[in-house]
Amino acid sequence: MDFTFSPEQEALRDSVRRFVEREYDWDRRLAVIRSADGVDPAHWGTFAELGWLGAGLAEEAGGFGGGAVENAVIAAELGRGLVTEPFVGHVMAARLLAGSDRIEPLVMGETRIVPALTEAAGRGDWRVVATRAEGQVLHGTKTLVEGACQATHVLVTAHAEAGLGLYLVGTAAPGVAITPYRTLDNRRVADVTLNGAEATLLVAGAEAEAAVEDAVDHGMLALCSEALGVMEAALWATRDYVRVRKQFGTAIGNFQAIQHRMADMMIELEMARSILFHALGAAEVGDALARAAAVSAAKATFARAGVFVGAQAIQLHGGIGVTEELAISHHYRRLFVIARQLGDADLHLARFATAVDAQG
Amino acid sequence: MQAAYSPEDDAFRQEIRAFIAQNLPDDLKRRGRYDYHHRRDDQARWMGILAEKGWSVPHWPVAHGGPGWNGVQRFIFEEEMRLGYAPTVDRIGTELVAPVLYTFGSAEQHERWLPGIRTGTTFWAQGFSEPGAGSDLSSLRTRADRDGDHYVLNGQKTWTTEGHHADMMFVLARTNQDAKPQAGISALLVDLTAPGITRRPIWTLDEGLTVNEFFFDDVRVPAANLVGEEGAGWTYAKFLLGNERTNSAEVPHTKRDIAQLREIARVEQRGGRPLIEDPGFRAKLAQIEIDTLALEYAVLRALSEGEHGGGAVASLVKVRGSELRQRVADLALDALGDRGLAVCANPEGHHRMFDDGLTPPVPDHGFGIAAKAMFRRATTIYGGANEIQRTLIAKTVLEL
Repeated sequence: MDFTFSPEQEALRDSVRRFVEREYDWDRRLAVIRSADGVDPAHWGTFAELGWLGAGLAEEAGGFGGGAVENAVIAAELGRGLVTEPFVGHVMAARLLAGSDRIEPLVMGETRIVPALTEAAGRGDWRVVATRAEGQVLHGTKTLVEGACQATHVLVTAHAEAGLGLYLVGTAAPGVAITPYRTLDNRRVADVTLNGAEATLLVAGAEAEAAVEDAVDHGMLALCSEALGVMEAALWATRDYVRVRKQFGTAIGNFQAIQHRMADMMIELEMARSILFHALGAAEVGDALARAAAVSAAKATFARAGVFVGAQAIQLHGGIGVTEELAISHHYRRLFVIARQLGDADLHLARFATAVDAQG
Repeated sequence: MQAAYSPEDDAFRQEIRAFIAQNLPDDLKRRGRYDYHHRRDDQARWMGILAEKGWSVPHWPVAHGGPGWNGVQRFIFEEEMRLGYAPTVDRIGTELVAPVLYTFGSAEQHERWLPGIRTGTTFWAQGFSEPGAGSDLSSLRTRADRDGDHYVLNGQKTWTTEGHHADMMFVLARTNQDAKPQAGISALLVDLTAPGITRRPIWTLDEGLTVNEFFFDDVRVPAANLVGEEGAGWTYAKFLLGNERTNSAEVPHTKRDIAQLREIARVEQRGGRPLIEDPGFRAKLAQIEIDTLALEYAVLRALSEGEHGGGAVASLVKVRGSELRQRVADLALDALGDRGLAVCANPEGHHRMFDDGLTPPVPDHGFGIAAKAMFRRATTIYGGANEIQRTLIAKTVLEL
């Protein structure tokens, strides 16, 4: 076994880290999240230019030869900087379009195609699909769609008589309504309502189910890795703070109550990192049940550990921790949302248990 | 990044599994299922079988009889041993004392003591804790005064794990009363049949015998039994405890306990259905399995990076591992329902505190579960209490 990154992966990590340091300092991030779109339109072009949009995709699929680990490396650094670009959605879209003629413009950043898979009734469970397909025409509403306002197309699941289908829908097509809103972590999302919208069927039946499951699992790996970056940023910022914040004549980091709380944060962080590595390994092996068990194990872990670390970071900062002004509250909000995106801890505990039983 | 077991790892696992299936005697396996206190005769028999195969001391250097496995292979071996209900070996001798001996001991000491540990003929105890020196080990008071070619040992040791099985004890004693607390400590190898030694069992809440106390009254220890240098005992103790903490993650034990828990939950029922189908139970079981998986990969990360991954990783996995051992044992007890509350000693076990002459109506799969759950309270205390580990993490990793 080997849990180290290759020199290429380290170079990729450094490249994303440099971008975050250079382009994404606190004031510039603030300007972005207060802007109309909630993202800086120039950044996506940079992502494409630096090769990040194809880094996590095999060459035969139209990428640059990497996999889940490359996506995880990128997502962790974006998480560290609380970058709002919808990278996790891109990971899912790229898996769904892998090998097709739509992949090249996607990884070049020329087209923007985003997944729109979840619905309100599913509470994060992408397998709950009430959207209907009548021939090539769709009816239904997808929720929490990131990047919908910038997208040319969305990837939508819908049920036809023959079973589940994965469809491509143009966002400007008649019958498509986009309702943007902001989530707690200052991300711009939208509901995509399809009211007789014309769509192109990409894949159907069991093949569609498998493709969506694969894409969502890979998206969750990137999402967990993003959470890892956020957790690390929150933990070390807290460590630095308790070293300098003085009360009763001494730095509060000298108090054992604070030290033990921080040790618990460190334990949660390292356990989460470890299970993410396990899930990244399982995703490469190719067995769908093993992948589902491992990814859900990771998602359930990050749902709990992320919120724990974020909440303790606020607690140890004291009053300043709950302000808008400090990054810590933004770390917490992102971790809080990630814990629920694509299914909460309960959903993934159950999915893990089912997958383990099915493996026998 | 190669974060999954390789085909070679899987083949290695099959080899170990097949060996256990063919060579573990049935009576040892049966008692292994019932009881976490293995009998010395069972341990010695199994050690003999393993030694013949060359597998009794997986982590020793090849020069001293180790099989030359890497960390991941040792981990797989340990897991298969536990899943197969094989007796544990004399872990204090093989995992704690021997590494100190072959790292710091003399050639004569290697020759004299290592073969007995490797073949399971000599069992060891560790004489560290004292009534006034638990987590704060440097305040120990047992003294060893030089008298010609002997040391004269006086004092008391307590919480001596498996001391009732031991022939020899690795004792920390103060050889210099004037030096600073940590500098005056030396390590001695003490023959427990020597005159002047009294052992007393300490019965624990599981009604089992794990720990003992020893009293030393003018015990004469040959000077040749001093390990390394006089006054360097603290260094050797820290080395030894570092190994203990990494082992204290106990992932193989916990995975075996989970497998056993699943067996119980398939048989036990709630509301007319197997317990394993109950949503509340499933969620608790899944959480334990997921936390164990995370811990397993934390340990594998440490093992693949180096021998023991350093002190900080050892502390992290010790805290989580010891908590998990408690959680899985408690859930197994819960799974037994009313039957989990009955005292049911292993009828074939040795060292029973008290025989009430009663036969509790506990199903076969429930034997030993309650006692295990009770004794697991000790896991967060021994090997350096978890509070000590948290302080270590804060100091070494977080630099607070």
